[in-house]
Amino acid sequence: MDTLLNDFSPGLFIVQTILLLGLIFLLVKFAWKPILTSLNEREEGIQGALEAAENARKEMQNLQADNDKLLKEARAEREAMLKEAREIKDKMIADSKEQAKVEGDKMLKQAQAAIESEKKAAVADIKSQVANLSVDIAEKVIKDQLADKSKQLKLVDDLLGDIKLN
Amino acid sequence: MMQVSNTFKTLLQLTILCFSLQSFAFSDAKQEGTVSSKEQVDEYILHHIKDSHDFHLFSYSNDAGERKHVGFPLPVILWSSNGLVTFMSSEFHHDDNGEVIVERNGSKFVKLHSKIYELDANASAVAFDEEHHATNAHKVLDFSITKSVVGVLLVGLFMFWAFSSLARQYKNKSVPTGFGRVLEPLVLYVRDEIARPNIGDKHYRKFTGYLLTVFFFIWILNLLGLTPLGFNVTGQLAVTACLAIFTLIIYSVSGNKDYWMHMLWMPGVPVLIRPVLAIIELAGAFIIKPFSLLVRLFANISAGHIVVMSLIAIMFTLKESLGVAGATGLSLVLSFFITLIEVLVAFLQAYIFTMLSALFIGMAVAEHDHDHHHDEQGHEVPDAEDVRADFI
Repeated sequence: MDTLLNDFSPGLFIVQTILLLGLIFLLVKFAWKPILTSLNEREEGIQGALEAAENARKEMQNLQADNDKLLKEARAEREAMLKEAREIKDKMIADSKEQAKVEGDKMLKQAQAAIESEKKAAVADIKSQVANLSVDIAEKVIKDQLADKSKQLKLVDDLLGDIKLN
Repeated sequence: MMQVSNTFKTLLQLTILCFSLQSFAFSDAKQEGTVSSKEQVDEYILHHIKDSHDFHLFSYSNDAGERKHVGFPLPVILWSSNGLVTFMSSEFHHDDNGEVIVERNGSKFVKLHSKIYELDANASAVAFDEEHHATNAHKVLDFSITKSVVGVLLVGLFMFWAFSSLARQYKNKSVPTGFGRVLEPLVLYVRDEIARPNIGDKHYRKFTGYLLTVFFFIWILNLLGLTPLGFNVTGQLAVTACLAIFTLIIYSVSGNKDYWMHMLWMPGVPVLIRPVLAIIELAGAFIIKPFSLLVRLFANISAGHIVVMSLIAIMFTLKESLGVAGATGLSLVLSFFITLIEVLVAFLQAYIFTMLSALFIGMAVAEHDHDHHHDEQGHEVPDAEDVRADFI
């Protein structure tokens, strides 16, 4: 202990204190502060870059998902459009068929009506012609056989009997 | 694996180099005459452990049988009873026994066991008592640029150059190249393994500068002590005391309210015990902690130097019993492995000093509101930090 105390040099202690103070001050100012700041910045930069990469990855995933969704939607839409087109086509065909049928029916009916009315007209015509003929015949007969009254009546009856209406 | 073996090889080569130069310096460097007996070896080692006033590299005997010393003198700066005195250490002519008297400003100075004494006014030679203490001379305040101061200056310049150039590298690139690539992991190591875990994320930044300075200062000086230049800076009590007191001042100044509260008026214990605890805590903070720091570093490094030099000295001391080849071989093998261990110790002591400084600072700035638990009787349950502190 005595030797230790004897070896302790107060002068060296003071010199060392001054030098150490100076060294700490200089190193803190010119070395540790810039070094630690740069290291911190670098670490934060790396952290930021990692986070950005992670975000980019997630965004990429989202984008991919969006794309898939869009593609699916487009496909579904195409499907729907095709289906609709098919339906429209079918409907159009059906419609035109229906219309054609209706039109045909209508034309048929008109034709039938026309035929009917023609027929009626023809019948009426025939009737009037028959009547005229009858009158003519009757005239002739009358002219011929006006003498015999019984013959006249018989003739009328025969004539009338011959004529048959439809 | 390759890298590890390469590193190991380099380390080995370095150690062999250091060791061979050291043994060379030792076998040639002699204070007076030759070093061969056990007493001379003891004296030589004790002399080496002390600080010295000149930078002595080695000595040799020339053909005429004179001792020649190779080295250079260092300035001696003294605060004597007649004011400031400066002269070169060469004025003492390598004398260490108080025989050469240097007169400056009316004061007479002698060098005795690496210490400079001022002779009393009427004395013309040093007188000794039975225990070989000077009776008519007193020590003076010695601000000399001693070998240790030279070491401190060299290491300081080296650190300033190395780390400011590392700092400058960051200005234009984010990853340093060259020597900076070696330094950066060390800086990160101190920050992430010493400062941050012991002080805590919130406060560590403020103290990292001090811890980095102290870590590299001690480590480089420890390694410098293993070179044959013969520095023993971290084995000087004054140096380790200075470092320990810096730590003491830092943790005392930055201690928060909780820290002083727990020291002076410990909550959760009976009032009567509190003053007793306060005395123990005060002694712990102001005496035991810094003392453990300064003695641990001083003792480890001094012991390392003594052991390495003693093992090298085996080649003289056991020459008779083992023969020249045997003694030299034994000395080579033993001192080689001890030097390897000393390389480890150099790092370990720097680490321990810095780690404990960080721990003490961490204890002073820790926020206690959440990490202290009290049991039913109101006694404090010690947490890991307290328990750890008990082991130091």
